[in-house]
Amino acid sequence: MRLQITLVLLAFSALGSRSLAEDPTTIRVGSKSFSESVILAEMASHVARDAGLGAIHVPGLGGTRVLWEALLAGHVDVYAEYTGTMSEEIFAGEGVYGESALRAKLGELGLGMTGSLGFNNTYAIGMKEEVAERLEIRTISDLRDHPDLTVRFSNEFMHRSDGWIALAARYQLPHEDVRGLEHALAYEAIDNGAIQVTDLYATDAKILKLGLRKLTDDLAHFPKYDAVFVYRSVLAQSSPSFLSRLRSLVGTIDEAGMTAMNARVELEGVSESLASAGFLQATLGIQSVVRERNVFDDVVRYTVEHLEMVGVSLLAALLFAIPLGILSAHSDRLAQPILGCVGIIQTIPAIALLVLLIRPVSYFWDELGFPQAVVALFLYSLLPIVRNTYAGLQEVTPALRESAMALGLGPMTRLWRIELPLASRTILAGVKTAAVINVGFATLGGFIGAGGYGEPIFAGIRLNDYTVILQGALPAAALALLVQGLFEIVERLVVPRGLRLKPVS
Amino acid sequence: MFELSHITKRYGSIDAVASVDLVTARGKTTVLIGPSGCGKSTLLRVMLGLITPEVGRVQFDGDTVSADSAMMLRRKMGYVIQDGGLFPHLTARGNATLLPRYLGWDVDRASKRLEELAELTQFPADGLDRYPAELSGGQRQRVGLIRSLMLDPDVLLMDEPLGALDPMIRSKLQEDLRAIFQRLGKTVVMVTHDLGECAYFADTIVLMRGGSIVQEGSFKDLVDSPTEDFVTEFVNAQRGVLTAMGEA
Repeated sequence: MRLQITLVLLAFSALGSRSLAEDPTTIRVGSKSFSESVILAEMASHVARDAGLGAIHVPGLGGTRVLWEALLAGHVDVYAEYTGTMSEEIFAGEGVYGESALRAKLGELGLGMTGSLGFNNTYAIGMKEEVAERLEIRTISDLRDHPDLTVRFSNEFMHRSDGWIALAARYQLPHEDVRGLEHALAYEAIDNGAIQVTDLYATDAKILKLGLRKLTDDLAHFPKYDAVFVYRSVLAQSSPSFLSRLRSLVGTIDEAGMTAMNARVELEGVSESLASAGFLQATLGIQSVVRERNVFDDVVRYTVEHLEMVGVSLLAALLFAIPLGILSAHSDRLAQPILGCVGIIQTIPAIALLVLLIRPVSYFWDELGFPQAVVALFLYSLLPIVRNTYAGLQEVTPALRESAMALGLGPMTRLWRIELPLASRTILAGVKTAAVINVGFATLGGFIGAGGYGEPIFAGIRLNDYTVILQGALPAAALALLVQGLFEIVERLVVPRGLRLKPVS
Repeated sequence: MFELSHITKRYGSIDAVASVDLVTARGKTTVLIGPSGCGKSTLLRVMLGLITPEVGRVQFDGDTVSADSAMMLRRKMGYVIQDGGLFPHLTARGNATLLPRYLGWDVDRASKRLEELAELTQFPADGLDRYPAELSGGQRQRVGLIRSLMLDPDVLLMDEPLGALDPMIRSKLQEDLRAIFQRLGKTVVMVTHDLGECAYFADTIVLMRGGSIVQEGSFKDLVDSPTEDFVTEFVNAQRGVLTAMGEA
């Protein structure tokens, strides 16, 4: 029996060595792309290790929707969530309010949650202290008298049911210049005066750092956002020791304690892992091993992951796109549908495509991040390769096409020996375009935890730390140049010499 | 050799070739001539099966040329076009040996045949490993001829084979070509718009206009007994300049 299990495990690891989701001895912890979520995830990881289990932290999985889908699909076992977010956003319109209602609803979905960890990280509306003082704004109601302010909210806040629309209705706010902006960028903008009002979290370290004023919610609009851990109910059977330790965290973190941890990470540059380990030791006496990160090792890992994403997707795209291009060139009836489809794919916004792919791709590839990124990159690579294969074959002159037929060569030989070599330069140019675009586009994989250079870029934006951003941005730019140069060499190998000569006469 | 009956090929509402009947003689050179757009090139490509006519039938040595049979029959025909129609990504050798190699000839046999033909066509041996872009126009034309002769075809079909060459080289190649035709005793069907070249090569001239054959015969027939005014006009138009200069 044990042998059989081992064989099955081996077979699985051979199929997808990256897939660990069903391994009961490893807890997969997710987090959203802001420090508090990452700190709490690191905390859960330390707790899991303390219980003698393995822990993998999949960091910065974009917005709530991405992480929630990952939890439902079993790619993630546990993550820190807020009761308000569940009531207002995840179960929006279903009237799920209060702890018992939430527990019942989660239970139906095969999920559970801990009690409140001890702090209420509700939304708040914030302004620069000096600006608020000058305009005499203390409460959200005071904003009514200043309709000309530039207001930017996180994209999440713009669209959640207790977000801007509901807030504006409740307070009768007249502002018109209101749009969505990445949260980290909104802090940057409020600091340099480009905007005056944005949304904050109550435990936000930036409140201290940037000198922001939290406007009083005088009409009590915002619901409670008690922090809890949500987890898959199967953990109760598979890892009870982990769950009991996780529950021991309930009620131990107050608002000041959480703000302090956030500040250590964002203001002092301490890693999330270390900040949470310090808290665990001080509060529960749990000793954790924190491996400090080595920038060189990290960049090597990002590079390997990045090359995997680009390589796998480009190879798959070659296998599909070149035949599609050949089909288009040989059949007028197929050309328009094929070129139209690959063109439309290109117009789907990248982040939207990544999120849309999470569920469908999970059916075939039981992991989150890497597969979706590869599929998205594959889809985006199709257009340049299909289009250039089509164009390259169309460029073959009728005289040469006829010469090949008149010789008495078969259709496959004409394609392989005449038409494709003649089109090789144009086809290769398409592959090169796809490869260079892929290198840049793959950084967006960081949004769904696919790793690669996007990981430090997204982490750096979250931490507002340019040195971290550069750990991803610089190698990504270098890799794009390298790929460009590599294709110059490939061109010498692939494009026949006779096509690179200038005619004598 | 070729038997064409009631061949009609339309492009849109225009008949490029209209109900043409033609028989070409074995071992002889037949030249299709006429003003541009008269259908001579179309007719040649119908013989090769590159174009399928709406009406009519082409027979080659008793076999009907159809979409299914064309590929096999073409291997018994050599086709030469303006500027040789060489594939720019292959050397002269690569161009010439493409089909033999595809048909399974070994390297030695293909090389031997290639050298024979290089000698026959007076193509320099050191040019065999050059790419078309590295050859002169006349050399490219000779490689085109070599390529068409590799399998020792029963017939040579040539579409303006010397059209891209300047006059001196053209005249030299005309002489060489005629010598080769005579030596090999091949059946040749050639398309040209040049009456002098036509008269130089042709056993039989086929003069076409607007998709139909106007007159078929020797050059002498065309001059001495034209079937209609157009024949005389066509002959005089091409002879006109030189004759006029000679008389002046």
